[in-house]
Amino acid sequence: MPSFAFDGSPVPFRDGQTVGAALVAHGTVSWRTTRLEGRPRGLFCGIGICFDCLVTVDGVPNQRACLVRARDSSAVTTQEGTGYAAE
Amino acid sequence: MSTVVVIGAGIVGAACAHDLARGGADVVVLDRGPVASGTTSRGEGNILVSDKGPGAELDLARLSRDAWLELGDELGRDPMELEEKGGVVVASSPEGLDALEGFARSQRAAGTTALDVDDLRSLEPHLAPGLAGGVLYPEDMQVQPVLAAAAMLEAAQRHGARFVPGADARGAVLDRTGRLTGVRTGTGEVIGADAVVNAAGTWGGEVGARLGGAVPVLPRRGFILVTEPLPLMVRHKVYSADYVSNVASSDAGLETSCVVEGTRGGTILIGASRERVGFDTTLDVNVISILARQATALFPFLAGVNLLRVYRGFRPYCPDHLPVIGPDPRVPGLFHACGHEGAGIGLAPGTARLITQHILGGDGVDVARYTELLPDRFIEQEA
Amino acid sequence: MPPSELAPERVIIVGAGPAGLACAATLLEVSEMHVILVDAGAGPGGQYWRQPPPTDDPQGVDPEALRGLHHDLGTFESLRARLDEGRAAGRATLLTEHHVWTVVPTAGGYVVHAVDRGAGPGRERTVEIGADRLVIATGAHDRALPFPGWDLPGVMTAGGLQALLKAGDVAAGRRVAVGGTGPFLLPVAAGLAARGASVVGVFEANSPVRWLRELGPVAANRGKLAEGAGYAATLVRHRVPVHVRTMIVEAHGVDRVEAVTVARVDGAGRPQRHGLRRLEVDAVGVGWGFSPQLDLPVTLGCALAPDTSGTAVVQVDDWQRTSRPGVSAAGEACGVGGAALAVAEGHLSAYGVVAGDAGSGPPAEVAGLRAVIARLRRFASAMQRAHPVPAGWAETLRPSTVVCRCEEVSAGVVQRAISERGATGARQVKQLTRAGMGWCQGRVCGYAVELLAGGGGAATERLVSTPVPLGVLAHPPSKSAM
Repeated sequence: MPSFAFDGSPVPFRDGQTVGAALVAHGTVSWRTTRLEGRPRGLFCGIGICFDCLVTVDGVPNQRACLVRARDSSAVTTQEGTGYAAE
Repeated sequence: MSTVVVIGAGIVGAACAHDLARGGADVVVLDRGPVASGTTSRGEGNILVSDKGPGAELDLARLSRDAWLELGDELGRDPMELEEKGGVVVASSPEGLDALEGFARSQRAAGTTALDVDDLRSLEPHLAPGLAGGVLYPEDMQVQPVLAAAAMLEAAQRHGARFVPGADARGAVLDRTGRLTGVRTGTGEVIGADAVVNAAGTWGGEVGARLGGAVPVLPRRGFILVTEPLPLMVRHKVYSADYVSNVASSDAGLETSCVVEGTRGGTILIGASRERVGFDTTLDVNVISILARQATALFPFLAGVNLLRVYRGFRPYCPDHLPVIGPDPRVPGLFHACGHEGAGIGLAPGTARLITQHILGGDGVDVARYTELLPDRFIEQEA
Repeated sequence: MPPSELAPERVIIVGAGPAGLACAATLLEVSEMHVILVDAGAGPGGQYWRQPPPTDDPQGVDPEALRGLHHDLGTFESLRARLDEGRAAGRATLLTEHHVWTVVPTAGGYVVHAVDRGAGPGRERTVEIGADRLVIATGAHDRALPFPGWDLPGVMTAGGLQALLKAGDVAAGRRVAVGGTGPFLLPVAAGLAARGASVVGVFEANSPVRWLRELGPVAANRGKLAEGAGYAATLVRHRVPVHVRTMIVEAHGVDRVEAVTVARVDGAGRPQRHGLRRLEVDAVGVGWGFSPQLDLPVTLGCALAPDTSGTAVVQVDDWQRTSRPGVSAAGEACGVGGAALAVAEGHLSAYGVVAGDAGSGPPAEVAGLRAVIARLRRFASAMQRAHPVPAGWAETLRPSTVVCRCEEVSAGVVQRAISERGATGARQVKQLTRAGMGWCQGRVCGYAVELLAGGGGAATERLVSTPVPLGVLAHPPSKSAM
């Protein structure tokens, strides 16, 4: 089964799944923390309108995990706050 | 006690209401909508001295800036996000820098603090390399306009002012001598007044006309781009010196300059465009594209940053680009306080001081310095 | 010039769900127009017929295995086949992973601006597509209401649970609670149960007695009853309890949901404080109906009208034309009512597009479509009347409950803006608190905030419908090559 790297560790997926679906199937339900309170978030609406599921893919922050197709070349990483490193 | 009706609960109306109520007047604020529902909610919250050359407008800006700081002390800075963040004007070319520095010299002579900056990136690390130079104006400030207007209106109410949202000012009631004695609203109700302040912003021309004192206030559309929330990347209000070197867009009627600033919420606001298209609300993608291009040229990191929102507002402008502030000689009792174009937020408390002086008297402000702003300049043309 | 030598007119259909596909299929059949179908998703189907993307991998997500999740998949397959024929003949274009960010009127028609995300993260570009006619089929999204703990990972919308299943073949958890109101809860729960999840309960806030007041529309739509009975049979088979007049009032957990508390709802729509029950779960889906996606019609200035529940929808005439010349609309944007209604409206909208101002088409066909539309709209209205948001929904809120998820604005802050600063609608609350100013631009919290602020349900204006990278915006968009 193909897998992508998530914070360095492999997460298996079935081709066609999104990053979000694969993570949830893997038992991971959150992959970012909020700006003000540092609360964990993952999928909420599942269809790309809530922007809760933001995750960093191949270094690009703020990608909706529910929309990005999982690929075995991807490096997915958790993100904090705005998704960018603080100044 | 004087009864004063203030038409408009935007930043200027709220500031006038606050000053007048504090000064002992019995104030009634009318607005066809809720507080700050007009251009005030479409502004960036600029409180600038940097973009003003010597003259009445700069004097008013200085007066107003001091008044903003007093308001911050009285009502609290945080609740309105008042920040003394300073402004940096940048020039991309040596010619532009020459013009900018020349302008800064004239501003210094008028009392503005303007510091030449050689190393722009020490002030703003994310600016593009290769810019010719700039000028720092530490006195520039930023505020959140809706919060500020709401705070001033509430403070006015604590001093006894009454706010009537949803009340449209339809006409004036005059006595036999032609003096204003009241305002008639859309419901037919008449509110008695010793004085009426036209603080209706972009609709000041229309409201003035309804009261018998038309003033030539017209809309000038502007768009603002709002980004996703970011860490602090832009520390000051940063804008390009286009206005100094008078670079006009090739599109007649469209003028754009580059303005970039951060906000408390983490978003970056990008402006600025000016067009005379009446009240056309249609999005102009070409203008948005130009603003994006200018901003990414100044701050390359913005290329990868997402636009989340665009909003537009209609600045109230007079033909000479100066606000109209003062008593209307045609209608005793009528006072205008509108036409501030893109400087309404910054100039609001200063305008309020002038208006309060005109109506209640006193000697806090030397109104003689502001005769350039009186409505007479438009009326003489009519005669 | 003989008509055959004129370039065919172009029509852009925004949204390739049931309504958009139906419109495209009929347009291809009855006109010479070039049809451009634009959708943000990876393929056609919208939400109702959400499909996994095509794959060569035998272990990949297989649409065949997911057939049971769909209602009336045959209609989808037939419409898709007609679209594919049109594409093969050079008469139609399907642009997927293209999210329209705005539409601008021009002298002869409209220009659609879209973000093309097909090349992956960080590789977006913008595309500009011109057309003579526009059909808006942008569908709807779940309506959410805040409650304590709703922001815990594992708590999703009912539609979110469904999307995970339909596109990814993933059950959101092993022990799932499904709550809210409306017929949509049943297929969500049935789908999860069939997939092997333990659905601890379906918690319907309203009473089935409300359906008794709607016997006319219900009886006229026996197909819907049959569909519902199918879901019910699945739930019975998997021993999924359905509780009526019950709602989820809190989700518990530290970093993810671990339990929910459910409460009875009285006849006045108020959650009761006694008799609360706590259930262990690891996933929750809550659905309170759907909000039409109106960004584009609002930007274009199309007239709106309130639906039965007071929500604004696009106003259309009996040809599915909006108040703006050259703009038609079909599907959920005109009023939430399900896939069959969307398909009928899509077909009818095609006739409205083809004939311009007059509207035409085979009279029997058009009359038939109108009859179906009328019947299904009556059913949709009946469902809205039978499944209102409980009047006391906000009583679950604590001052610390987050209302705007994006900007983390709490119920207490929102309430203060309303009671102390006189905010009278979501827009004013937004300006005073930042609620609605984050990434989702009020799509999730807007409905709740409007209810709290006593607003009239005015639609939000969003001139920008999806995030657009500034660097991409700075360059001129690619003109559509078609």
